Amino acid sequence: MSLIELKNICKSYPLGDGELPILKNINLQIKNGEFVAIMGPSGSGKSTLMNILGCLDKPSSGQYLLDHKNIESLSSDELADIRNQMIGFVFQGFNLLSRTSAVENVELPMVYSGVDKTERRRKAEKALIDVGLKERMYHQPNQLSGGQQQRVAIARAIVNEAPIIFADEPTGNLDTKMSVEIMHLFQQLNRDLKRTIILVTHEEDIARFADRIIHIVDGEISIDEKVMH
Amino acid sequence: MKKHSIDISVIFNIAIRAIKANKMRSILTSLGIIIGVAAVIVMLAIGNGAQKSIQNEMKSMGANIMMIRSGVATSGGVRGGFGSQPTMKLSDGNAIEEKISKIKSAAPVLSEGAQIIYANTNWSTNITGTDNRYFEIKEWAIDYGRSFVETDVKNATKVAILGQTVVNELFGDVDPLNRTIRIKGVPFVVIGVLEKRGENGMGQDQDDAVFIPISTAQKKLMGVSFPDQVHMVMLQAIDSQSTYTSQDEIRALLRQRHNLGANKDDDFIIMNLTQMMEMMENSTKIMTILLGSIASISLLVGGIGIMNIMLVSVTERTREIGIRMAIGARSWDIRRQFLMESLVLSFIGGLIGVIIGIIGSFIISASGAMTTELSLFYVILPFSFSGLVGLFFGYFPAYKASLLNPINALRYE
Ligand SMILES: Nc1ncnc2c1ncn2[C@@H]1O[C@H](COP(=O)(O)OP(=O)(O)O)[C@@H](O)[C@H]1O
Ligand SMILES: [Mg+2]
Repeated sequence: MSLIELKNICKSYPLGDGELPILKNINLQIKNGEFVAIMGPSGSGKSTLMNILGCLDKPSSGQYLLDHKNIESLSSDELADIRNQMIGFVFQGFNLLSRTSAVENVELPMVYSGVDKTERRRKAEKALIDVGLKERMYHQPNQLSGGQQQRVAIARAIVNEAPIIFADEPTGNLDTKMSVEIMHLFQQLNRDLKRTIILVTHEEDIARFADRIIHIVDGEISIDEKVMH
Repeated sequence: MKKHSIDISVIFNIAIRAIKANKMRSILTSLGIIIGVAAVIVMLAIGNGAQKSIQNEMKSMGANIMMIRSGVATSGGVRGGFGSQPTMKLSDGNAIEEKISKIKSAAPVLSEGAQIIYANTNWSTNITGTDNRYFEIKEWAIDYGRSFVETDVKNATKVAILGQTVVNELFGDVDPLNRTIRIKGVPFVVIGVLEKRGENGMGQDQDDAVFIPISTAQKKLMGVSFPDQVHMVMLQAIDSQSTYTSQDEIRALLRQRHNLGANKDDDFIIMNLTQMMEMMENSTKIMTILLGSIASISLLVGGIGIMNIMLVSVTERTREIGIRMAIGARSWDIRRQFLMESLVLSFIGGLIGVIIGIIGSFIISASGAMTTELSLFYVILPFSFSGLVGLFFGYFPAYKASLLNPINALRYE
């Protein structure tokens, strides 16, 4: 059973009088519980693909079934609900709210799903403990290192028990040691919490942490390989 | 998928945090609302105060009084008034008193402001030419000395009766009786001093006045357009009912005396106390509305300030909006976050404005410049108006924020 199914997905951006195709006829299936890396050189269309998968953007043509639901027919508010309930994002630039403590940042998805205050705090604290930030819960982002900020972002992505985590170059702003720690954390979330993880990266070393690597070149899937650990 | 209900307190906290993050900017933004609300409250209090004064003034005058002035009455109220063509005569008043049984007494009034001098002291006050009927109608007794006698009026003698304030200013401890004062250079002998009356309902000192015989005023002191001219006739009816029922008779008599043909308008205005009060209340009501509207404009300008700063805030926080959208905020969640922020901004401004407005009204009242009268309604009105302004001018920036595309918002530098 596929959690994610892409059929002939194309995406192009307007360029001058015509169109610039970025994604060309992408067909892809991802099952529940997989840890997939989407790998390719810069500008190959990885982020564009991830934005479509993450319901932040819509394809120009083709069909996207998320949990057997056709995304095309949904309104922007329905997409917001899907992002809230089914998807957690981790970005290269962390994208935490400034002047807002770690625990409040982690509470944010639950604010929009209407979880009550005490429950919100309890779950947020638990998520921060899960990512190893027990001691830093009430720090603000500017008081945390890059690795710690990314852990807060991961806690925010898992707190609402969303089954899918999308991570776009999550180690792009981190040094090697921290990158490895973050990748181990993803492996752990995949293994222990059974989260489906879709990782976007241009680095072979990082992609190797996943169980499957989908290579993208020029907006097309070139190789889809299993990783032997 | 279930739709969540977000705590309003969460949104409120976000708004407070955003406002606190830019304290100075928030205060400057609210300044327009602060000034607007304070101005509206003060203006309404002044208008309200003026209305109250008029009511007090009228109450103190006695219910049976009527006035006839030169002028043209129109259906919309009173036009002309003091500046219009003079038409009333002393003999008009006498004829009314004589022929109309419902009228007990008719006092002529011809008055102007002038400077008076005693020895080397001078004082500016109001000079009224009249006769004893004036004091009778006003129930105003002589404190010492005498009132006018028949020969004073008949011979236009240069005698004067003074109010207490004039006595204090010109004579101090000196006995004013039989002393000579000069009014516009003309010598007058002081024959009497009136009892102290104090301020009237509008805060005017009634004792700051000088009275001379009507004939002297007409012939020797004031410029008149025709020999027997008066500015006004003050009437006393036999009862308050008659101040209404006598008006038709008076009108008929005056139209006949002024030779007005059937197609001519009245060249005089008859008003009883209630009508005078209504007229003055109307004009203060118009004043209140005018002042209030002018003040409301500053409230609107304040609203534009809020819109301006909210647009800045939305742009500054584009990335935050993108994060919130990616995490699952619906467009309405974003919209009401910014609406709440502008609402809080305008309510804070409104609250400070209310405080300043109330204090301002008290200061104006205490300084004696004007009477002010605060009412709960006139405080709540501008306060809630400020909230409305916040909602109205906050809506567009909030709407703009909610329409952002999450990807573009997340990419915003
Ligand atoms: N909104 C857009 N308008 C026009 N071109 C875009 C837009 N977003 C991305 N692109 C272009 O699409 C291509 C792929 O971008 P992206 O998916 O971000 O690549 P990657 O993440 O693989 O580096 C790039 O050439 C980029 O310039
Ligand atoms: Mg990218």
